[in-house]
Amino acid sequence: MIDTAKMLEVFKRYRDDAIVVPGRGGSHWVNLTDAPSLDATLGDPAMGGHAAFGLGIALAQPARRVYLFDSDGDIQMSMGMLTTIAEQAPKNLYHFVLDNEVYATTGGQPVPNAGRIDYAGIAAAAGYQHARSYSDLDELTRELDGIFATDGPYFIHLRVRAEIQNEAIGTRKPWNPRERGQVIADLREALSS
Amino acid sequence: MADDAVLSPEVVHTKLKEHGVTHIIWLPDSETNWLFLLLNADPDLTLIGVGREGNACAIAAGLYAGGAKPVILIQNTGMMEAGDSIRGWLISLNIPVVLLVGYRGYTRHGITKDTAATFTEPFLNAFRIDYYLVESDRDADRLSVAFTEAQRLSRPVVGLIADEFHGFNR
Repeated sequence: MIDTAKMLEVFKRYRDDAIVVPGRGGSHWVNLTDAPSLDATLGDPAMGGHAAFGLGIALAQPARRVYLFDSDGDIQMSMGMLTTIAEQAPKNLYHFVLDNEVYATTGGQPVPNAGRIDYAGIAAAAGYQHARSYSDLDELTRELDGIFATDGPYFIHLRVRAEIQNEAIGTRKPWNPRERGQVIADLREALSS
Repeated sequence: MADDAVLSPEVVHTKLKEHGVTHIIWLPDSETNWLFLLLNADPDLTLIGVGREGNACAIAAGLYAGGAKPVILIQNTGMMEAGDSIRGWLISLNIPVVLLVGYRGYTRHGITKDTAATFTEPFLNAFRIDYYLVESDRDADRLSVAFTEAQRLSRPVVGLIADEFHGFNR
């Protein structure tokens, strides 16, 4: 199992001037990022939408890389996005899926058929030219150079440790310093300059 | 030439171009086949087909965040399916996108028998989404109003397309 925070520390070396959609890794990424205006730290506007948002911004900014950190629960809600992404084939999109096998923010209930799904296989069957799975951070670290030297869309499935939240939503400490509308506004401004 | 009796796909296409639309996120419905063919043939527009209408909302949000100008082209049934995505990815993020929504089941003169039509306007009102009914070429300027209002309000606005594009009779 991969620790999400440690994985993002490794990933950070490759960030450069790319757009990052940290998804469920956002609570860790806000403490690591050195370019918050290029981060789409939206949390969860509505479940299942991260892959779609990542595609949209990748298509709007073809000259800039987009690193998307999706989740298994979200991608199960929008499996059809895999075919849409494969058809649009944005070369600048790197689609990570953080697979902890549970709905962590609602107390850790398992996703349907948890632990028995070949997400990379599904992505490849949907038309992604490149799709890989990793359970070990050292292996991923060794292969990231090769992954990022390859045009996207690239699907990277990561088996990660679950970070389960059991507190009522209203009692949780907010991790995002910006309102979502501000995140979008900041991103538009950064990309227009 | 504008035809008072029908809504021409050419008129809609022209409106999209007038307002600088760059991307059309769509899923087919009974109203838009000929419009699709026109849009698909336009090299200045990128069509993005989705398998479910909720995905269109988050794609539109991403396109807008990246500086593009998207339009969503779906049927009223799909709009209702996409409710939470409309709430979370469009309204909550202040995305000024126009949705062209096919008004399946709408009858100008008669009893509405299709529940897709029955619930369309109550749905839009419940979500507090402004909408402009477009029944013929004569109503085409309402699409311009929709674009202008979306920008002014920083909210999604719907152009409710009430007529099957008569290209089917071509």
